[in-house]
Amino acid sequence: MRWIWFDRFELFESGRRAVAVKNITLAEDHLHDHFPGLPVMPASLMIEGMAQTAGILVGEARQFAEKVILAKIKRAAFNALVRPGDQVRYHAEIEQITPSAASTAGRITRGDELIGEVDIVFSHIDQNMSGLEFPEDNFVFTEEFLALLRTYRAGAGQRITL
Amino acid sequence: MPTLTHDEVFDKVKQALVDALSVEEDEVTEDAKLQADLGAESIDILDIVFRLEKSFGIKIPQDELIPREILSNPDFVANRRLNDKGLAALRQAMPHADLSDFADDPDIDKISEVFTVGTIVRFVESKLKAA
Repeated sequence: MRWIWFDRFELFESGRRAVAVKNITLAEDHLHDHFPGLPVMPASLMIEGMAQTAGILVGEARQFAEKVILAKIKRAAFNALVRPGDQVRYHAEIEQITPSAASTAGRITRGDELIGEVDIVFSHIDQNMSGLEFPEDNFVFTEEFLALLRTYRAGAGQRITL
Repeated sequence: MPTLTHDEVFDKVKQALVDALSVEEDEVTEDAKLQADLGAESIDILDIVFRLEKSFGIKIPQDELIPREILSNPDFVANRRLNDKGLAALRQAMPHADLSDFADDPDIDKISEVFTVGTIVRFVESKLKAA
């Protein structure tokens, strides 16, 4: 299994907001354990989907020069169960961004229904961990994540330069 | 923005800390230490700064709140302790903080103890005055 928790970007406005689509399918092994006989998309993996959507948005805002790490989930609230066959959207918006960190607000929807809200603080770790050094390579934004953005660019003809 | 009274600034700071740290309102007193009393971790500082910026409509450069360059400057630090020159620089950079206890034992690993709720309130007041 690959650790990518959405399928494609549907909207990407550099430095402002992004919308990603996730299709829930019974081909995903974890749904057979969560729970046996009652497959439900784990809220924790929807938080991860939002973190990936918002994290790429934050990373792209600084041309992927920073290592963007989830620092804190400010708030996570869920209103409904998500089941196989559902399609959810992760709507992420940058509220604040500084040289050292970013704050994002997120909504998860299924059609017009609000499924959940996930607000996150990200750290640009090289700017925050005084005295600690991390590898020079950007180990956060791997090829798999960057490929998602390229797919969006190819599909929507938007202004993302990688 | 109209001038806020000390109590109004305190109430907004308190709300930011209650939301960021999931503490009870009555725990947030002016003397409460962010780390020791309210359980703030270093990562919470990022969250608190964002909430204060949003709530008060101000910008808070990271080095203004916590002057890391002083704490890592070899001219000011020896054996993880600030020398007199470093303490003087810290006093100048942090006029909003009460450094009297820290000056008695200027171990840089104890710098978090100077961050009380009152420190944050005075810092915000100085930013609002300068705006």
